[in-house]
Parts: sequence; structure tokens; C-alpha cells
Amino acid sequence: MRLINRRPDRPAAVFLAALPFAAVFIAYWIGSEIRLSANPSDKLLPAPETIAATARQLFTEGDRRTGEILLWSDTWASLRRLGAGVGIAAALATSLGVLIGMLPYARRTLSDFVAVLSMVPPLALLPILFIVFGLGETSKVVLIVVGITPFITRDLSQRVLDIPHEEIVKAQTLGASTAVIAMRVVLPKIIPRLIQSVRLSLGAAWLFLIAAEAVAADAGLGYRIFLVRRYLAMDIILTYVIWITLLAFLIDWALKATSRAAFPWLEEGL
Amino acid sequence: MSFVQVTDVWQHYGRRSIIERVNLDVTEGEFVSIVGASGCGKSTFLRLLLADETPSRGEIRIDGGEPAREPGRERGVVFQKYSVFPHMTVRDNIVAAESFSGGLGRFFGSKLRAARERADETLDRIGLAHVAGNYPATLSGGMQQRLAIGQALTARPRILLLDEPFGALDPGTRIAMHDFLTDLRAETKMTVFMVTHDLSEGFKLGDRVLVFDKPRWDPHAPEAFGATITYDFDARDAGVPFQHILDQYPSLAAH
Repeated sequence: MRLINRRPDRPAAVFLAALPFAAVFIAYWIGSEIRLSANPSDKLLPAPETIAATARQLFTEGDRRTGEILLWSDTWASLRRLGAGVGIAAALATSLGVLIGMLPYARRTLSDFVAVLSMVPPLALLPILFIVFGLGETSKVVLIVVGITPFITRDLSQRVLDIPHEEIVKAQTLGASTAVIAMRVVLPKIIPRLIQSVRLSLGAAWLFLIAAEAVAADAGLGYRIFLVRRYLAMDIILTYVIWITLLAFLIDWALKATSRAAFPWLEEGL
Repeated sequence: MSFVQVTDVWQHYGRRSIIERVNLDVTEGEFVSIVGASGCGKSTFLRLLLADETPSRGEIRIDGGEPAREPGRERGVVFQKYSVFPHMTVRDNIVAAESFSGGLGRFFGSKLRAARERADETLDRIGLAHVAGNYPATLSGGMQQRLAIGQALTARPRILLLDEPFGALDPGTRIAMHDFLTDLRAETKMTVFMVTHDLSEGFKLGDRVLVFDKPRWDPHAPEAFGATITYDFDARDAGVPFQHILDQYPSLAAH
């Protein structure tokens, strides 16, 4: 039987999915054992037990001075920036995408401009953003917006153009104006795609967030990681990295579930 | 008195001629079938009737009105595919035929309830009442086309344009759809233009069958000349013409 036709059954599939996770964990464990047996005060690869203990402490114990649990306030600060950035980017990209996709005049005006804009490396703009918007929240949110809006815009405008011409003509024969076509035909059809697009750009959004926080911030997940780097606190860094990964995964999963629940016609069309 | 008047219509894209010198007069309530080989411009002609394209020369008037520059409520259309909105339920697709022409494209409150009731009556008539809450993707091809025709007629157009509406259906469903369309037409007395590949379908449903073909052909420049109407058959009375000509001249009839 050819390799392309062999499929794992259910237990094997679960096992295979878990395999790389287990492999990485075991590799880390062995590496950590070797280093710690050579030098018990080694800080580079702390033992998994140490990380677990640190994590428990980070999640439950407050700061000695203020009593505030730093991990949660960092998480809140970062999620607020991420939410604001991604939200503004999504709203902006949807409006632009619909305009570019629907109106030939807007397409001629904006399409090439957005294409060029999407080539600007956002991180190179970070100094400019810090100069223009200061070191506060605005520059971080703007970096995320600048970073992901062009991508989502291009994706959505293409998706609008992909709507069958027949459907647009049909709406016109029912007497729909441009605004009605936008509200009742185009928007409902691209909102699922918007969610897809946001899911794809969340990775980039996190990257921009962590980068901006690393450079200048006084709270946030990225800020904390880069702060404790000075003390070689690998147990804290690893806890934060795992926590960020988990958050990103949960957001992605929530968006997917929302998309499924909100657009039953998509599922049935597949 | 002609209802749809096509005067000297030409259409070319760049140097490519698609159709040329098309003249046509259609009276109200006539069913016109349009047949021809692939690429002979019959779909282009339908798009011109739909005002989705404007002719390079000539004009098309409905009931003496100004030539249209974009599709509107005067012209209903059903395509082979993509004729209903996949993101709306079957009932909402019918309601959309009424609500789309409003400023918001949407009804609220009592107006919405009334429109839903009317939609349910329509669905009852076209035999889709049992799937009113479903999305079109769950319907069979024939049911989707029935919905598309019902939706188009709900907007009360002056003319109905069908672009190979039954082309993707299996033969049994196609015959059922013929009966469906014949019944609907008897009810509404709608003026219909139908593009089809199927000659027998064209003759069965149509009062007139127009054949599009290229009368001029230059082998060195195959794109130089466009197609036009080469035959205009009377398809009433099973395609045998002059069956009732004596009705017009009662004095000549044998007693």
C-alpha cells in the first residue's frame, strides 16, 4: 500500500499527536538532568519540578511590596494591548477590504497603496512610533495595527472580489443599493473570512506586542520576560513563554469555535 | 406593440466582435428561447438584456423606457449557479426579494412578520415550505433553482431572464422544472428570455426560438465578425406554424 493511502486509526492518531510534545519534554528533561548533575546551581536548564514550583508561585503569590500578582497584571496589560490592536486592525481592514473589493474607484486608489504598505517592515517603524506616540500604550497598539492591517485588508479585499458576480447582479435585480449589497451580501460573506484572517495574523500580532513591550514598557508579558533575562531566571521565562503559548492557543480556539457557531451556513456548504 | 425593443445592438470587447446587428421585438407575455453553439454570444445577449453590460452600439428598451445602464428591479434573473444567497435561509432569501430595495435592505417588527408570512405563502406555492428554515446548500439542485425563480418573481420584474437555468440538473428534475415553469408562467403571464443548450427544451417551453450564429466568417480573422439572430422560429403549437392563421381571417375559414 502506498504511503499516501495509509491513515492512522483513532488511538494511533492521538498517540502521534502527543509524540512531538512528549519528545521535546523528554529531551529537555534529559538535558536538564545532565547539566544539573554536573552543576547543581546551573540556571540555564532548570528542572521541570523547579519550573512547576516557580509557575505555582507566579500564579498565586503576590508581589512582596504591593501584594499584586505580577503575572496576572502582566497578562491583563498585554491582552488589553493585543485586543485593542487586533480589534482596531480588524475594523479598519474590514472597511478598507469592502471598499477596495466593491468599488472600482476605491480599488484604483487604495489597492496598490495597501500592497506597498504591507511591504514596510513594521518593526522598523517602531522607533518612529515611539517618537511620534511616546512610550505609552498608544505606540504599542499602533505597532500591532500597522503590522497586521495590510495583510488582513489584502486578504479580505480579495475575498470580496471572489464573491460570484452572479450574486452581486442578483442583489441588484432585487433593487439593492450599493450600501445594501455591502451590508446584506458582502459583509455577511466575509466576516467568517475575517475571523480566519485574524487567526492567521495573531502570531504576528503577538510578535509585535512582545517586541514593543521588550523595548519600552512597565508591565506586560514581554516586558517581564526581558526584565528577568538579566537575572538569567530561566524558570520564570519558560513559565511566561508556556503561558503566552497557551493564551495564543486558547484565543485561536475560541475564534474557531465562534466562527463555527455563528456561521452554520458555511459548515453546511462544505 | 412591442414590449421589449432591441434596436441594432452590437457588442465588441476591444477588436473582438461578439454580436452584431441584433434587432428584436418581443410582445408582452412572450417566452423567448435563445439557442446557439457555445461562444456564439447568446449569454452576452442575455447580459445586455440584463443591463449588466451596455452595448457598444444600439439600445434596448423595455416598454418604451430609457435604456438601462445597470441591473435593476425591472429585470429578474436566474443563473445556472449562484442565484440564491447561501448565507440566508430559504425563507430569508424570499424576504430579501422584498426588503433589498429599501434603504436598509432589512425589515423590522410587524413589517418583517408580514413579509415572512408572504414568503411562506410563496414557498408553499413553489413547494419549498418544508425547508423554509434551511440554508440553500442543504437543498438539491432543482430545489435551489425553484427557490431562485421564486425569489426573482417575488421582486415582480417586468421581464425574467434565465441563463441556462436547468443546465446543471439531471434529466428527471429538468422535466419537473419545465412543468413548474410552465405553471408559474400561466399564472404570472411573465415575459421570459431563456438561454439554453437544449434545443428540445427551447422548443418545448418557448413561444419563439431565436438561433444565434455567425453569418459572416473570415478564416483569417475569426474574431472579426460577431453573431446575430439567424433564425427566428415560431415555436407555438408544438413548432408547427400557421395552425391558427385562419382564426385571424374568419371569412376565409371553411365552414
